[in-house]
Amino acid sequence: MRNIQATQVTDVVRRLCIEANCHLTDDLKNCISACRACETFPVAQGILDQIIENYQIADTNNVPVCQDTGMACVFVDVGQDVHVEGSLEDAIHEGVKQGYAEGYLRKSVVRDPLDRVNTGDNTPAMIYYNLVPGDQIKITVAPKGFGSENMSQIKMLKPSDGLQGVKDFVLKVVEEAGPNPCPPIVVGVGIGGTFDKAAYLAKKALLRPVDSHHEEPFYADLEDELLEKINALGIGPQGFGGRTTALKVNIEKMPTHIAGLPVAVNINCHVTRHQSEVI
Amino acid sequence: MNKKIQTPFTREDARSLKAGDTCLITGVIYTARDAAHKRLCELVAQGRELPMDMRNAIIYFVGPTPAKPGQAIGSAGPTTSYRMDAYSPALIAIGQTGMIGKGKRNAEVIAAMKEYGAVYFGATGGCGALLSKCIKKAEIVAYEDLGAEAIRRLEVEDFPVTVIIDSEGNNLYETGREAYLQSVQGEA
Repeated sequence: MRNIQATQVTDVVRRLCIEANCHLTDDLKNCISACRACETFPVAQGILDQIIENYQIADTNNVPVCQDTGMACVFVDVGQDVHVEGSLEDAIHEGVKQGYAEGYLRKSVVRDPLDRVNTGDNTPAMIYYNLVPGDQIKITVAPKGFGSENMSQIKMLKPSDGLQGVKDFVLKVVEEAGPNPCPPIVVGVGIGGTFDKAAYLAKKALLRPVDSHHEEPFYADLEDELLEKINALGIGPQGFGGRTTALKVNIEKMPTHIAGLPVAVNINCHVTRHQSEVI
Repeated sequence: MNKKIQTPFTREDARSLKAGDTCLITGVIYTARDAAHKRLCELVAQGRELPMDMRNAIIYFVGPTPAKPGQAIGSAGPTTSYRMDAYSPALIAIGQTGMIGKGKRNAEVIAAMKEYGAVYFGATGGCGALLSKCIKKAEIVAYEDLGAEAIRRLEVEDFPVTVIIDSEGNNLYETGREAYLQSVQGEA
């Protein structure tokens, strides 16, 4: 059994909140540059140039890429041979509180969905625990903006809807979102499980690098096919027309019930933020 | 070719712009998003005075990040505009002439824009670090308790926007997409 202090967890979460909000990952930057090179429509080229200039300014000045610094989604892989001295849960919330204060990040969380009073420190974090073998804790902070979150959808398809039903639903969600989620977007798709697990898979899919593919060739091909179909819609950067509507489609899947085919589509904008650290 | 806009932004100015025009705004604009719009419209409904003059005003739908020391404002890109659809027609009716945001608007907003003469501008979503460089001064004029959602008076210089919907109801989201799809027709 390995002991880890709760304060260590707080420190890591604090750092990751700031890092994720101010610096996009290299895979994403490379993908945006590659899309800029392929884009033929002048208006779209101009928007992609602004996006590139924007993340360069954020890198240089250590400022948030986007003013919606999101809800702090925190994925925690806890090794089963780890003992945390103190409350792991409290330590994570404290890290978010410190990170959003020190990083001059926006506090975007209300304490109740209906009375809508701001909590003032961006807590609580949305925490997803996963128990894994080993004596380490891996923490991933993925601040999620709501312009794109609001355009996400879930559907309980019938087994007979099959592959075609999944494709149609993903395209319908992207079409309905149109310009609202600040395209170019990253599309996370969760297939299978239960109602809630499908949504979780879709969110988790957004953590995968945009230069990766699903490990199974069938799903890797489906990711590419959906991306091509989305980019044939013509919505384009900001919805002003163009090829680059999406940067990547990432799919995660799991077993499901004989009666069901849940599909969730979690949309992210080009500011697809996530940073990880292992303790 | 960018068109220069100097505030105050009159109804005549609004009517002179066309969907797809790229513009640079200089002068004073105000920030407001969901919570501030709700309060403003409550005041309008009660016939009470607003914390700023809505005549010839441009409202920017934004909730900035806190300013770091030495900054006028933190990152400040647009938020999605449809959440303000319930409120914009009432504000356009009392003189608001410009809105800056991103994303679709509903039929009621577009009808009010056509009736009174107003423009819906888009700023590039997700580019808050870039856009903040055009904001030279920011001060809270109302609703400080709302934090990022407080109403701020911004002094902007050459703030870059694109006309998405003009005062005749022409919509760049429709025409831009069509133009792109036509440009690639016959390829592949």
